[in-house]
Amino acid sequence: MFAKLTITAAADKLAKNEISAYELTEAALKRIEETDEQVKAFITVTKEEALKTAAEIDKKRRQGEKLGVLAGIPVAYKDNMCTDGVLTTCASKMLHNFIPPYSATVVELLQQAGSVMLGKTNLDEFAIGSSTENSAFFTTHNPWDLQRVAGGSSGGSAAAVAAGQVLFALGTDTGGSIRQPSAFCGVVGLKPTYGLVSRYGVVAFSSSLDQVGPITKSVEDCALVMNVLAQHDPRDSTSVKLDTADYTASLTGEVKGLKIGVPKEYFGEGIDPRVKAAVHKALDVLISLGAEAGEISLPLTEYTIPVYYLIAPAELSSNLARFDGVRYGYRSEADDLEAMYIKTRSEGLGTEVKRRIMLGTYALSADRYDDFYLKALKARTLIRQDFDRAFAQYDLLLTPTTPNVSYIKGEVKDLLTEYMNDYCTAGASLAGLPAISVPCGYVDGLPVGMQLIGKPFAEATILRAAHAYEQNCGLERKLPTLNEMGGSPSEQV
Amino acid sequence: MITHDEVVQLARLCMLSISEDEIENFTNQLNNILQYVDKLKQLETTDVEPMINVLPLQNVLREDKVQACLPHEKAVANTTAIEDGMFRVPSVLE
Repeated sequence: MFAKLTITAAADKLAKNEISAYELTEAALKRIEETDEQVKAFITVTKEEALKTAAEIDKKRRQGEKLGVLAGIPVAYKDNMCTDGVLTTCASKMLHNFIPPYSATVVELLQQAGSVMLGKTNLDEFAIGSSTENSAFFTTHNPWDLQRVAGGSSGGSAAAVAAGQVLFALGTDTGGSIRQPSAFCGVVGLKPTYGLVSRYGVVAFSSSLDQVGPITKSVEDCALVMNVLAQHDPRDSTSVKLDTADYTASLTGEVKGLKIGVPKEYFGEGIDPRVKAAVHKALDVLISLGAEAGEISLPLTEYTIPVYYLIAPAELSSNLARFDGVRYGYRSEADDLEAMYIKTRSEGLGTEVKRRIMLGTYALSADRYDDFYLKALKARTLIRQDFDRAFAQYDLLLTPTTPNVSYIKGEVKDLLTEYMNDYCTAGASLAGLPAISVPCGYVDGLPVGMQLIGKPFAEATILRAAHAYEQNCGLERKLPTLNEMGGSPSEQV
Repeated sequence: MITHDEVVQLARLCMLSISEDEIENFTNQLNNILQYVDKLKQLETTDVEPMINVLPLQNVLREDKVQACLPHEKAVANTTAIEDGMFRVPSVLE
């Protein structure tokens, strides 16, 4: 069944000539056609190009060319990643007509690896939000229950993978935007260490936080994609030079002696007790495999959201100043230049984006800089030190990915409540650490995610632990039954 | 506390024009958020260095030599206002 297919399984079938890349792409397109009216994961589907690319891959394979494991595998990109010649909107009216003249490095890398782009997925406008309800076009629905949000901002990517429309997708994560939707949609999502994956050609939100990462159906698939993405890129000055790693080699199943810290602040009263229970059960699995666990404290955790909601908007307000109607995107004509800027931006940007631009500009203004922005930067140092202390004792940290499971669309109206979505994820972002969300159970039929946070560039360690858990958790890999969905909570296959 | 007039001024700095209703909403919402982030004041940060970037990278430079770049027509292809191959904007000088 196509919807359940992992990269590993598909690559095996492709290598054995049991299926062609063309057939695989056709199956993905069919699945998108059948389900996307309900899920609404895609802003753009690149049908013709996908079939053409797939046919080329098949030809290469027939000619005996040596192909990588991702060759012929259908992928989708969050619509804030530039794709040469293919509409890239950031789910904003501001870029409703933007056709990039080049591709992001991550897109190029996957293209070289032979992956087949099926299209571009929905997000909160400019990746600002955690439900895709801020998309200027439409809200993505959670494949597990169409009344509920897919999470965000990479909600389209997570929903597309969960719905079995593509075998994997890329998302971006600034304060939790890969991990939170992955948790809500029951898939695996990794935010790599800051600096490990190139951001060249990815539309910037908060430059000191943004990272690109994979959303997949299994931990092994995640490792396979990371093998391609983790490359130094001279075009991104924050890209770090490291030796090439083979992340799949780290999936040994062995966690004996691994020291897992459990920060008590991530299991406080703001967290749904049923989510806590599922995460504790996951910890028990790792302990039963020989890992050692201990409770620790990250006392700075309560300052994470305040720091995040100053730094991210400050950087955003600067990054989004480039949208002025001159060089690309939406433009509203006026008699003088400043009036043209103002009209263009006022008509082209959505409410939440404006609110955060104003918040960021305020935090950066001369009178407020020391009290807000500088204070947040100093607090960020303390947050990182908090994690450093924890990692002096432990190899990784285990927490819930989100305080609760997915919620009904439109249900969260209060801004601060919405911002608390990032409570468990923003810390690793501010500290620049790698973190993965792995499905670890269900509450009311909705997926729960466990988060594993690692030391800088210790992706191999968190992947190893995540994989060992996944192989031994005894959880049946469920899939939402999209075809019968009529809006009611869906059951497993 | 941020005032109605400060929000108007802020919108102007951000090159945004917002309606009277929005000004009121934004004033309330920004105040809620600012009140919330105000808890940072409790933190003692006197001798703490600010963290601009989590990486120890500094002054990442490349050799100063000509490299391939976007052809002109591709670089300007996304504008809706072009004249003689250049971006056209409303007149800036009187």
